[in-house]
Amino acid sequence: MQLTHQTSTAQGTSIISTQDVNIFYGSFLAVKQINLDILRNKITAFIGPSGCGKSTLLRAFNRLNDLIVGARVDGTISYKGRNLYAPEIDPVEVRRQIGMVFQRPNPFPKSIYENIAFGARINGYRGDMDELVERSLRQAAIWDEVKDKLKQSGLSLSGGQQQRLCIARAMAVQPEVILMDEPASALDPISTLRIEDLMQELKEQYTIIIVTHNMQQASRVADMTAFFNVELTDGKRSGCLVEYDKTEQIFQNPQQQSTQEYVTGRFG
Amino acid sequence: MASPPQISSTPQSIFRPNAKHREAISKIFRIICAIGLGIGLVVLGLLLVDVFQDGFARLWQPGFFTGNASRFAQKAGLRTALLGSVWLLILLLLISVPIGVGAAVYLEEYAPKNRLSQFIEINIANLAGVPSIVYGLLGLGIFNELFGLGPTLLSGALTLSLLILPLIIVASREAIRGVPQSMREASYGLGATKWQTVSNHVLPYAIPGIVTGVIISVSRAVGETAPLIVVGAVGYLTSNPGLLRRFSALPIQIFDWISRPQAAFTNTAAAGIIVLLALLFVMNGTAIYIRNRFSTFR
Repeated sequence: MQLTHQTSTAQGTSIISTQDVNIFYGSFLAVKQINLDILRNKITAFIGPSGCGKSTLLRAFNRLNDLIVGARVDGTISYKGRNLYAPEIDPVEVRRQIGMVFQRPNPFPKSIYENIAFGARINGYRGDMDELVERSLRQAAIWDEVKDKLKQSGLSLSGGQQQRLCIARAMAVQPEVILMDEPASALDPISTLRIEDLMQELKEQYTIIIVTHNMQQASRVADMTAFFNVELTDGKRSGCLVEYDKTEQIFQNPQQQSTQEYVTGRFG
Repeated sequence: MASPPQISSTPQSIFRPNAKHREAISKIFRIICAIGLGIGLVVLGLLLVDVFQDGFARLWQPGFFTGNASRFAQKAGLRTALLGSVWLLILLLLISVPIGVGAAVYLEEYAPKNRLSQFIEINIANLAGVPSIVYGLLGLGIFNELFGLGPTLLSGALTLSLLILPLIIVASREAIRGVPQSMREASYGLGATKWQTVSNHVLPYAIPGIVTGVIISVSRAVGETAPLIVVGAVGYLTSNPGLLRRFSALPIQIFDWISRPQAAFTNTAAAGIIVLLALLFVMNGTAIYIRNRFSTFR
């Protein structure tokens, strides 16, 4: 346990890093002064109480906040050394490389096959589509359950299957990073475990960032954990990063009192 | 505490038992709703019975579908009027659907949400309530006079398109607004552009609603009389209608027949009404078919 405050670069190479990031909704400062490095091929968990800006920050990483009127990012978020918010960066290209799995499974109301093929097709995939669909579904550990009904609607699957379909869909465009916004919060414990097992396999190839409210989940799956909290400034609540370190450090030897209280369940 | 659970409340409970009372209200409301439905059905039934009694026999007399206008009730046919209505129908779909759906997509998916777009939104909703005769006068001024089209079929179709554009835009916007945001996010999250998202996910999801709106609007236009009279449709036409020729339409023909003094024209008009109803019935059937086809994956 001498690893206190080790710099992230000593533990791996960073793929996304933020410098003094503030995120606004209109004039409301939702997230303030975030500085952190996301490590390549690691699973990073964002934990913290509701309203602390975890999801907001996550959605800033693939510019999905662009869709929300009035959302604005200050500071620098760089991905492989390039500023994601530079004017010459096309958000469409960013989202292709930084994929997303959402809180509620949201398959398209189309066939299972088409759910996977869509992303590949729009991105100009030229290989064998059948092969890609099978590979993606296998990677998401759902192939055996759906191989005989690829023509059926994605919505005919159970919630847990739908979420794995969404993971397969995200992987079909071969991103480098997969953002997961509470991917298991709408699922039962068995489906949740399957998704967690899946994440362990996926981190060989992908960098994963997961937002979760479930502390056990964070401690089970994540290599690194960032604890966010709500801070009051001038009577307004904004999210801030309290502590970011290796997961076992955050859970066993946190440096901040609020982290200690949160991970031991004394608040939040 | 150890007593078995009871269905009725204990005397000292702060809740007054009123389940019977609430059930009664529920039943009364159900009856009121049933009466509402009943009145609608009875009125419709009476109308149909009346029209069929007057017109059904006339419908099958020789020459009714193939004959031209005539001053003799027994000889009068609705060929030119039926052709005119079919022409109008096709032109309306060609003109108003692309413009209306395009405007709706722009307003919902592209336009910034600001004062101007709100102003436009309110005005479109208001336009949907403007009396049809006003559109007729507008069409007369713009298409007949300014564009020099004169009292032609094209002018009539353009005028009716103006009439139903606000309806189509409002209905299409509602349908597009009903597309869950999660679906757009899923698409953008894969690196789709706006157009790829709209064409692959938003529009297919919204199509049942859009089609319903389009058909209701076009049905209304096909039954319109006033604006067509203003732009110069005629009730007595013996030559086939063409894009840049004078034209007739079913409601105009029916109106013309009904306003004639001879009693026999009542039957001819009733038969015309049956044809108009059948046309609307076919259109609505098409709408339901399209809606079901596009909803298979829901």
